[in-house]
Amino acid sequence: MQEQEILQKVKEVVAERLGVEIERVTPQARYQEDLSADSLDVVDLVMAIEDAFQIKIPDSDAGKIKTVQETVDYLKKALEDRA
Amino acid sequence: MDYKRVVITGIGVITSIGQNKEDFWENLIRGHSGVTRISLFDPSSFPVRIASEVKDFCWKDYFSSKEANRLDRFTQFALAAAIQAAHDANLREGGEDVGVIVSSGVGGLGTLVAQQEILSQRGSERVSPFLVPMMIVNAACAQIAIHFRAQGYSSVPVTACASSLHALGEAYQAIKRGQARLIIAGGAEAPIVPLAMAAFANMKALSFRNEEPQKASRPFDLYRDGFVMGEGAGILILESLESALERGAHIYAEILSYACSTDAYHVTAPEPSGQAVVRMIRKALKEAALSIEEIDYINAHGTSTPLNDKVETMVLKEVFRDQAYAIPVSSTKSMIGHLLGAAGAVETIATLLPLEKNIIPPTINLENPDPDCDLNYVPQKAIFKEVKCAMKLSYGFGGHNACLILRRFEG
Repeated sequence: MQEQEILQKVKEVVAERLGVEIERVTPQARYQEDLSADSLDVVDLVMAIEDAFQIKIPDSDAGKIKTVQETVDYLKKALEDRA
Repeated sequence: MDYKRVVITGIGVITSIGQNKEDFWENLIRGHSGVTRISLFDPSSFPVRIASEVKDFCWKDYFSSKEANRLDRFTQFALAAAIQAAHDANLREGGEDVGVIVSSGVGGLGTLVAQQEILSQRGSERVSPFLVPMMIVNAACAQIAIHFRAQGYSSVPVTACASSLHALGEAYQAIKRGQARLIIAGGAEAPIVPLAMAAFANMKALSFRNEEPQKASRPFDLYRDGFVMGEGAGILILESLESALERGAHIYAEILSYACSTDAYHVTAPEPSGQAVVRMIRKALKEAALSIEEIDYINAHGTSTPLNDKVETMVLKEVFRDQAYAIPVSSTKSMIGHLLGAAGAVETIATLLPLEKNIIPPTINLENPDPDCDLNYVPQKAIFKEVKCAMKLSYGFGGHNACLILRRFEG
């Protein structure tokens, strides 16, 4: 999966789960500070991303991901490792 | 101790027959039933296939899709009704002297059941982190407090089908004693989920009149066979008279008294002699300093179960003696069904509007008189009558009873 494709899919999931306009979900956007996610929203978002990409994100990794770009980078690597 | 007078200055209501006070009242006095075949799930395989549902709930008028996703249906109803009530009372913000007492019988049952299915099918890791905050019975109370930043008194009295009348009673007492200036009070319920419909049906508490949904809820009728499950919310703004006058708020009614009692007899059946309810009503009349001749209207619990309506009638005859036959007693459950924990508050709205309108809503479907139920239940059609004082009664599983007396505000 190409990075652009991953980014687009992440944007869609984030916009839907956090109820924000997709334009606000930029690569630099921080979930908690910029997109008003609380701690439960983040847990819910991780589950939704796991479902969307059919992968498992361990809590220890999820805790380090703070922005949309970090999510994309993590997914890109995880998907490559799996392939 | 210097007690405050307590008045009602705002109402909000979500029911099958109206999602605002105007529609609710219009349909109530027209005798319109909100009962239909269940649409929230496929009821084909269920013994009871009818309910009083809130159709096309206009949640978008009140919150975003993200908020809606984080709130169980009962909390959505509660918050919507609270926003209506606050608007009606011209209440803009909370504060340290503003409280919330909003209850429910079963809380976020729909969310609980949906997540149990996810647990069974997909495993523990897929259970939503929002389950607990959505399911807890105090979710509605908490979300209303957060929405209005109401930081004062809060409580969630859970007494099954008497929950929201206890909520209004506790709010009245707290304001009366100066523990809060204003309280957003009432109840909400969304119990039309397969699990609850199966459980209540198996208790033989529900009407099985599936072929005639609008005729199923028939309180005090000889052929009543159980209650019809309903959903929705009723929220009222209660405040001290001083606060209402200072704010220039419209005053719907004054609360004269509240009383409660407990059967301590059986977890579902009413105590056959009704003595706990008799004592409660007498206490409420005494606190209100009213004689039995001064009650102009009683909005009964009137569930349409064989036992409730019989015992309730007996109780009213014992308390009001010959006068019982002169007082219009109606059950608005005949139209909106039984909203469990929300019933007391929604029906209190149906009790206070007659104080302004001098019209008493009917008990529809009362076609065949039952020799055990021989009072004036305002059968079929609303009546015009001057109403200065009115009484609301609620009883809940567990044997919990509550009573509120209201009076038209005349300074």
